[in-house]
Amino acid sequence: MLSLKLAWRNLVGAGLRTWLNVIVLAFVLFMMIWHYGLLDGWNQQANKDMQAWEVGNGQYWHQNYDPYDFFTLEESHAKIPEALNKATTDGIITPVLITQGSVYPDGRIQSMLLKGINPDQKVVAIPGTDLNTESEEIPVVIGRRMAKNCKLQEGDITTIRWRDVNGTFDAAEVKVVKVFNCNVPSVDAGQMYIHIKKVQEMMQAPDEATMFIIGEDFEMNETVSGWEYKDFDFLMTEMNEMMKMKKVGGSFMYVILMLLAMLAIFDTQVLSIFRRQKEIGTYIAMGMTRRQVVSLFTVEGAMHAILAVIFIAIFGTPLLIWLMSVGMSMPAGSDDMGIAIAETIYPVYGAGLIIGTSLLVFIITLIVSYLPARKISKMKPTDAIKGKIQ
Amino acid sequence: MEQNSIVTISGLIKRFPIGKGHFTALNGIDLTFSKGQFAGVVGPSGSGKTTLLNIIGSLDNPTEGKANVLGQEIGNLSTKKAALLRRKHLGFIFQTYNLLPVYTVFENVEFPLLLLNMSGSERKKAVMDSLDWVGIADKVKSRPAQLSGGECQRVAIARAMVKKPELVLADEPTANLDSENSHHILQTMENLNKDLQTTFIFATHDDKVIKYLKRKILLEDGKVTADDIITN
Repeated sequence: MLSLKLAWRNLVGAGLRTWLNVIVLAFVLFMMIWHYGLLDGWNQQANKDMQAWEVGNGQYWHQNYDPYDFFTLEESHAKIPEALNKATTDGIITPVLITQGSVYPDGRIQSMLLKGINPDQKVVAIPGTDLNTESEEIPVVIGRRMAKNCKLQEGDITTIRWRDVNGTFDAAEVKVVKVFNCNVPSVDAGQMYIHIKKVQEMMQAPDEATMFIIGEDFEMNETVSGWEYKDFDFLMTEMNEMMKMKKVGGSFMYVILMLLAMLAIFDTQVLSIFRRQKEIGTYIAMGMTRRQVVSLFTVEGAMHAILAVIFIAIFGTPLLIWLMSVGMSMPAGSDDMGIAIAETIYPVYGAGLIIGTSLLVFIITLIVSYLPARKISKMKPTDAIKGKIQ
Repeated sequence: MEQNSIVTISGLIKRFPIGKGHFTALNGIDLTFSKGQFAGVVGPSGSGKTTLLNIIGSLDNPTEGKANVLGQEIGNLSTKKAALLRRKHLGFIFQTYNLLPVYTVFENVEFPLLLLNMSGSERKKAVMDSLDWVGIADKVKSRPAQLSGGECQRVAIARAMVKKPELVLADEPTANLDSENSHHILQTMENLNKDLQTTFIFATHDDKVIKYLKRKILLEDGKVTADDIITN
């Protein structure tokens, strides 16, 4: 208690020097909380969006299907298996038939994936109902990114080309009946959605699918021969890895910021111990033990962190709450990075994040404050009283 | 130890290492200070006055010999016990005042009482009494930088006296003061010595201080060359 009381008096007495250190430390703390919260918010949103738009609650893949090798698509489709027939009919799972194709917007050629989906499916958020539109051309639905890349709009007609199961090329006119907005680039970029029946017909692969997306109510009771079950965690692996990398990348920034803040604290402490030798000698002459003096200087240093936390609590909390409510707009083009980024990311600042980060900063400040303070215990009080540099 | 004596020094030698050799600051000192004495160790610079005061104040240890202060052998004290001795029984007054610059006058004087864990109300009363003794009660909220040298030294005296110690050690207390302030300070200390029976030991070569002393110990080259009781 004595150390706390005296440390507080000393810090208040030190005036501007104290507040500069506190502000630097508070800035670092705020940046750490803000950035981690942003990544957490992004992570949560990306998970939610990817589940809603792409991965559902898991998937069944044809045994030959490899999303990273388009050449496997020719051999990675098969009849809808008996075991999944009922669930498919009930709409608990939804089949997707995928093939490679090309689109010719304004005479240009662009590769894409043709995905056959059930227009009435409710498993993922891709809006398929428009695929039921009556039209001379084949009705297709595309995402915003695809529309942008191909310079297509709703109502536009263009040509697509594909190969059927026998390897024969064919082409047809398609009409864009819907351009949807989605935060998940892998659902949108370079992809065109067509009624699954139409794709089966185009590919001459009736009742076939490449994969199934599983909905909420599906209960997996048996393994399905020729099909591999991929659970949600597996399908999110890449996203999670990417987030980890983002956090690691962000950590370098924190380390640099922390180093700057700790350097300020360390510098203040070292300077204090040299400049305040007479004061240290006076403390000892008046009956403080060396341990008490070391403790006083350590608490003084560590109190910068406590003041920084209080500073953040007073000035940072309203700002964090405001950021949580309005979110942070991502710059145009940031979604081209290939990972799910919403137009506005809403950061998530949990108690664990705030307490954990504050504790981390406090402990590091405590250590950095203690290291130079140890020197006091080696000081000769008779020299310290006179302020002689030792 | 003589009856009524609070400091007994016998065969005290203090050497400081210098390069490969050493410098003898005190060479065979034998002294006794009784309770209530207003004594001074006088002598030229480098004669060992401050070293002697530092040893009596348990801030330093003898190389040889014994220094018994208030029944405790200085050479055998751990740093913690030495700190406790200073905290409870000793007061220090320094040439350069050594006030804590960021504290107010009140906080400076209060400091020794904080170390003694006194309650807030007791502390306040003791601090105000002490500031009254030295006549500076109107400056409680000032900081040392706002005070004159004489006022600073009066605050230092109040700080040394606030816990009513048995022994006050004053190292060149008037060296930075003008004549008028020096007399004022010394009169204050003389009064405190009379009123509270506090023992004062000065280290000084200032004639203004010497005039007030009741006992004058002359130290030259680390040896006591004269020890006179002065009767007015």
